[in-house]
Amino acid sequence: MMFVPGNNPGMMADAHIYGPDSIMLDLEDSVTMAEKDAARLLVHNALKSIDYGTTEMVVRINPLNTPYGKKDVEAVVKAGVDVIRMPKTETADEVRELEAEILKVETEIGRVGETRIMAAIYSALGIVNAYEIATASKRMMGIALGAEDYSANLKTNRTPGGAELLLAREQIVVAARAAGIACFDTVYSNLDDMETFRKEVQLIKTLGFDGKSIINPRQIEIVNEVFTPTEKEITKARAVVAAIKEAQAKGSGVISLNGKMVDRPVVIRAERTIALAVAAGVIDKEEML
Amino acid sequence: MVTIGPGEGLQVELQSSVEAQFGRQIRAVITETLEGLGVTDAHVQAIDKGALDCTIRARVTAAAVRATGKDVWKD
Repeated sequence: MMFVPGNNPGMMADAHIYGPDSIMLDLEDSVTMAEKDAARLLVHNALKSIDYGTTEMVVRINPLNTPYGKKDVEAVVKAGVDVIRMPKTETADEVRELEAEILKVETEIGRVGETRIMAAIYSALGIVNAYEIATASKRMMGIALGAEDYSANLKTNRTPGGAELLLAREQIVVAARAAGIACFDTVYSNLDDMETFRKEVQLIKTLGFDGKSIINPRQIEIVNEVFTPTEKEITKARAVVAAIKEAQAKGSGVISLNGKMVDRPVVIRAERTIALAVAAGVIDKEEML
Repeated sequence: MVTIGPGEGLQVELQSSVEAQFGRQIRAVITETLEGLGVTDAHVQAIDKGALDCTIRARVTAAAVRATGKDVWKD
């Protein structure tokens, strides 16, 4: 998910060319208070006019308790945004309040139920409430960590190893999995240190995250490299999937592969590997059917 | 950059790096946007460096909303 400032029309026009899975147009922190109205109009018109293809379009709105939040909701829902990212989410009630605002606008334009919600968690209270937030609405598609604010809230600093974020990251992954939605890690903002960025992406993949938030197209390649399964992983996954299909055809509940018993978690991991490989475009979906 | 002041009818003063190629189109977008907002009298100054139509519409709307105090999302 690539962050793009909502007050920069040039970047908004070009962002999808670099091939991110999703683009988050930002109306919150990257836009000064004096420019909130102009940025909202730029984002509204960009969403309505630019062909972003299959790229998922997300807009980070301002909090609803500011003078801008509800106007942001109206502008982006009317423009047909896929996902609204709610910043600074601390409670399930805040999600429900956003849901009500979305429904009001959707009802007005006759597009009910199309807009999904992603909640970004920036505080200790939000982390404590992560599962309640993740399950607060059927529109919830994911939760994400905002690490700068979270670290400040913890009264600590960000470090290259990310020790200060470990609990929050794990809590977000566990809450998302329990709720059956996606989870996204925070941004890494030092563009001159790609090695640390790569280590961070490897870490969050290991923790179970579905993706990484990025701030520059240069980071896309590294995220894709880390998240794309290797040829060896794909070969193994294909063998597991083939073995389970064969076992099912024979009516057998027990699967054996190369003399080893394959149990359900192995199959689930293999299916996820295949899904990631298909999403990354390294194998064709048709051939897996 | 778009600025809007009082005028009679819609007068568009355009400086654009792509004036020769797209000047007519840019003026049409500015005029249509203002008419869509119900603005019939205004003097518009626009400095363009090759923006997309959607950006011009947004800039013109923002300038009109600020000049008139008319909330575009409510009308």
